[in-house]
Amino acid sequence: MERIPILRMGQFLLVTIQVDMHDRLALQLQDDLTQKISECSSRGVLIDISTLEIVDSFIGRMLANIAAMARVLDAETVVVGMQPAVAITLVELGMSLSGVRTALNVEMGMELLYELRGDFHAEMGE
Amino acid sequence: MSKLPEIISRHQDAIRADWLKQMSGAVRRSDLISNEEVDSQSRELMTAIATGAKSGEVTNVDGPAWSSARETLGAISASRAKQGFTTGETATFVLSLKQPLFSIIRKELAASPDAMFDEIWKTTLLVDKLALVTADAFQNTREKFIARQQEELMELSTPVVKLWEGILALPIIGTLDSARTQVVMESLLQAVVQTNSRVAIIDITGVPTVDTLVAQHLLKTITAARLMGADCIISGVRPQIAQTIVHLGIDLAGVITKAKLADAFALALQRTNQAVVKLSGENGKKTFFKKEE
Amino acid sequence: MNSLKQEKLPILTSSDVVLARQKVRQWATEMKFTLVDQTKLVTAASELARNALEHGKGGHMVIEQVENSIKNGLKLVFEDQGPGIADIETALRDGFTSGGGMGLGLGGSKRLVNDFHIESEPGKGTRVTVVRWK
Repeated sequence: MERIPILRMGQFLLVTIQVDMHDRLALQLQDDLTQKISECSSRGVLIDISTLEIVDSFIGRMLANIAAMARVLDAETVVVGMQPAVAITLVELGMSLSGVRTALNVEMGMELLYELRGDFHAEMGE
Repeated sequence: MSKLPEIISRHQDAIRADWLKQMSGAVRRSDLISNEEVDSQSRELMTAIATGAKSGEVTNVDGPAWSSARETLGAISASRAKQGFTTGETATFVLSLKQPLFSIIRKELAASPDAMFDEIWKTTLLVDKLALVTADAFQNTREKFIARQQEELMELSTPVVKLWEGILALPIIGTLDSARTQVVMESLLQAVVQTNSRVAIIDITGVPTVDTLVAQHLLKTITAARLMGADCIISGVRPQIAQTIVHLGIDLAGVITKAKLADAFALALQRTNQAVVKLSGENGKKTFFKKEE
Repeated sequence: MNSLKQEKLPILTSSDVVLARQKVRQWATEMKFTLVDQTKLVTAASELARNALEHGKGGHMVIEQVENSIKNGLKLVFEDQGPGIADIETALRDGFTSGGGMGLGLGGSKRLVNDFHIESEPGKGTRVTVVRWK
């Protein structure tokens, strides 16, 4: 079955969601991510949804779950690039995703992750 | 079987010529529309009517045979609405078709008064219905036009301003209702994306009252911005508004508010790791006199 | 209202939910809805399709172009022969879960559309009709 690829970028993980996910795929991503965070002892996860045109309550819950599970595993999650129409719709749906950190784009998201959990020394292999 | 279709198709040009001759003064409005346009409009309509009548369904203008007539009337109404005609004038354009039609029918059926009455009745039904279609289409165009104007007005009244790198300001003047909130939200969020701004200052100095509904609308906007990765600061909170908010028990849920726009700007600068620095030394020295070197 | 074009899609698997979304998106784009309106309608469709699948044990969606005297719109009807909803009012209230996890779906969708109508009886299935006008 197709899976959403998870890239490792040093101490962080990067996921780019580009496809219109069906529910199983979303659940698989949740599983894969928690697995990988644990495997790599990642300190942060960046989820890029800048090309996602629809985020319904299921995907919203998925994002919230990922953030919560990651936190238990001592990793921060930042969701970046939510489109304006999607944000407006999610708010109308009643989801505020208050437990999820957000940033405008990948660059700012990485900045935020570094601010929150970046360990420069570990990065440099010291 | 109605004789109308045959009469109309045989005398199409004559009817039209008579119709045009009838139009004068008040109905004609030569100040609003050119001869050529009236000419082409009447020709198009006459052809469409002949087509519709040919189907045999003389008075059922809702049917498929009359679709080109309805379309033509729609187009004529729309263009006349824009040109400044009134509903009455536009409907009269169509209604004035009655006389030429009646004249032709009288000539053709002079010998049989019963048949003549029948056809005149059908004609009047037909033209009345066409006039109603015209009036409806006219009304429709007007309503769409007004709706579009309202939209533009709303957009104009909520400009989003780039205060500094990464900092937007949205001064809201007037009341915030549901419709306006939509427009405000959309403009703000679009601007956030376009300018990559992390902070948006929503200034409500110009908002007369804040009740639970307005607060809800503001909170929706702020939540949407946050979902995208931008933080909002509300500024211009007047003392009365602060009181109202507390009295109503509105929970601003962690939203930062500042009384003055300047304070909000200072905070925004901090948040975006920027600073405004006062220059000192030669550059900051005031000179009252022109130095003579 | 008058009805123009119409299409019926089955909702029997989670891929069908995705297909339903895409179909609604396609129609909404054709009808030149604004981006925000499109997104709202497609999201509502996603919620309701998922409900029909998860809670209703499968059903179908009918998508239809409609018009009334002044405007055009898109109408979606979601129907299933599932267990039905005993307490519609509670179901419409946000955050309600009936073990089938309807969560925000029903109440939320109501806010995303202009017209919302639901018929449901325990044991008799559910039908939700929504319209978004241009």
